[in-house]
Amino acid sequence: MTDETFRPSRRAMMFGGAALGAALFMPKNLRAQDFPTAKVNTTGLNVTDKDVTVGILHSVTGTMAISEIGSVQAEKLAIEQINAQGGVLGRQIRFIQEDGASDWPTFAEKARKLLVNDKVPAVMGCWTSASRKAVLPVFEQNNGLLYYPTFYEGLEESPNVFYTGQEATQQIIAGLDWVTKAKGAKTFYLLGSDYIWPRTSNKIARKHIEDKLGLKVVGEEYYPLGHTQFNSVINKIKLRKPDVIYAVVVGGSNVSFYKQLIAAGIDPSREKPIILTISVTEDEIRGIGGENIKGAYACMKYFQSIDNPANKDFVAAFRKMWGQDMVIGDVTQAAYLGPWLWKMAVEKAGSFDVDKVRAVSPGLEMTNAPEGVIKVHKNHHLWSKTRVGKALENGQYEVVFETKDLIEPNPFPAGYQ
Amino acid sequence: MFGEYSLSELASIFAMQGFSGLILFSVFVLMALGLAIIYGQMGVINMAHGEFMILGAYVTYLVSRAFGELPHALFNVYFPVAMVAAFLVAGALGAFVEWALIRRLYRRPLDTLLATWGLSLILQQLYRTIFGAREVGVTMPEWMMGSLKLSDTIEVPINGILVMGIAVAISIAVGVMMHRSSWGRQVRAVVQNRTMAGAVGIDTERTDRLTFAVGCGIAGVAGSAFTMIGSTGPSSGQLYIVDTFLVVVFGGAASLLGTIASAFTISQAQSILEFFLSGSMAKVLTLLTVVGILMLRPQGLFALKLRK
Repeated sequence: MTDETFRPSRRAMMFGGAALGAALFMPKNLRAQDFPTAKVNTTGLNVTDKDVTVGILHSVTGTMAISEIGSVQAEKLAIEQINAQGGVLGRQIRFIQEDGASDWPTFAEKARKLLVNDKVPAVMGCWTSASRKAVLPVFEQNNGLLYYPTFYEGLEESPNVFYTGQEATQQIIAGLDWVTKAKGAKTFYLLGSDYIWPRTSNKIARKHIEDKLGLKVVGEEYYPLGHTQFNSVINKIKLRKPDVIYAVVVGGSNVSFYKQLIAAGIDPSREKPIILTISVTEDEIRGIGGENIKGAYACMKYFQSIDNPANKDFVAAFRKMWGQDMVIGDVTQAAYLGPWLWKMAVEKAGSFDVDKVRAVSPGLEMTNAPEGVIKVHKNHHLWSKTRVGKALENGQYEVVFETKDLIEPNPFPAGYQ
Repeated sequence: MFGEYSLSELASIFAMQGFSGLILFSVFVLMALGLAIIYGQMGVINMAHGEFMILGAYVTYLVSRAFGELPHALFNVYFPVAMVAAFLVAGALGAFVEWALIRRLYRRPLDTLLATWGLSLILQQLYRTIFGAREVGVTMPEWMMGSLKLSDTIEVPINGILVMGIAVAISIAVGVMMHRSSWGRQVRAVVQNRTMAGAVGIDTERTDRLTFAVGCGIAGVAGSAFTMIGSTGPSSGQLYIVDTFLVVVFGGAASLLGTIASAFTISQAQSILEFFLSGSMAKVLTLLTVVGILMLRPQGLFALKLRK
């Protein structure tokens, strides 16, 4: 599955149009002949009178496939829905999907292929920070456009990337404020997998807890990726008796951590201590098991259970396309935003040219995204709300808190570095 | 570091920590036993060991799903059934792999490394295709979750006790099989001198196949047990493979006793260090110690003396 070109089937287009088109995003019915190819594509991109070809670049094999497949599915859904409404500037979106195979040099190579050989005007892709860092020089050299869906550690702002997930301060600060205010937490134990995202996140968390809230961090620990034995750290936590365990554990380690936590007598639903995580979406709960994590709190911008019509339509369409037992996590929703934001920017610019698309993007506002209102900031991140969800036994989150306003993205937070 | 805690608090934490060390020990023993048989007795470097473990975990998942359809009382006892099934399925696949792949490579032991690594990739992608890329959640019967309160402050995890029990049972079973059964005698004879063993009428090919199958079957049982404490996904096997080889090589390849002693040493070192240092640092120090000891004693802790 290295070079898969996709044409929407007529059946799929019919359901897309019927179920969503009208309800979600009002079609503008732009006609391709009003936008001659010579005018909307002055830089030799892969655009014809009938269609435009974009790239999808995720891992569908290897370790990361587990996380990235949701993003691929969301992006394909968005593309199909856009096509059902008449496409972008009257052109149907086709896509070329490349497999990054969970290997960072492969990501760079495939990115180069998409930009140089296929001349795609935009790529939806990457998941881990490592893969994004690997493709970044390629996108900057070839002036490509990447829509990156994952919540991440920040400290980056490339003219060639739009970040549709939250950067660290957006995700972390609101959650910490909530747990202190609503739960009266005073002491925190920070725990994470040992790589850049958890370490940066916990650094920001520690600064906020100690300097801004004036509270106490009683422990901070990192375990190698893929670590499976957490009994020792659980004993340490029992000794220190923190009010909150702040967990940024990722991947398969997550499953071990929560299973061993509950086996050691720390039941998240007793809230002694409270478990607050920023790394467990509904996707991860499927592996952990709802019965092992019920009662824990997660802090992110999207939960599948968010109650608004746009989200209900999105969930229904996603399940119709990919299966009724699918769950949708934060990153999957952020990936879904990529093609829509690109379409909006292209139509606002009246052009597929990367420079023009980039120029008009800041300020774009989407009022009916599944997560609610979002706005593109001039630093290429999104204004978004942050929510706290409580894990339920059925593997879903119940939203218990949401910020009143959209939170400004701040990838280089002063005072937090 | 401990000034602010009372004596009884410290005592109970150390008791629980000691128990954590024992659980880690059991996990290591379970991981390593199957590999110790295959690597130690046959000299085959089985890089797909982790994938055989995960096969056991997936079998457990399927059995739990099947029992989920049955009355609730039956669900409580599905686990032993799942473990037997895991042993049989992983063992059968092991026998097949030996027949199709491994037996062609006995004269080229290093090539088994490449071949089984390829096999591990094939199996991973196969799991991904069949079960999906995401991890599957294996539901445990309620009595297997939670902890046992020994005193007001001491709690020990039930799944940890079960893992320990399984580790002890399997170790005893392997020990008895190796030293009391005719198969064990044949395996040891083939290890010591293949030509001679053949000459006295032992079917060495059959012995090899059975040994490989038993090793893989035990990996399957280990994987089944680990659904209690870890994840079940296409690439979860990779999480275990490094530690497994570490234990087997450190213990001295051909000795089951060495494997157990090595599992004990490494698990205690890691568990104690983890308590006093951070997790990553504990791992670094453990690995450094193992490397240091292996430099002084390349044959591992215990080695069989035999004429080559």
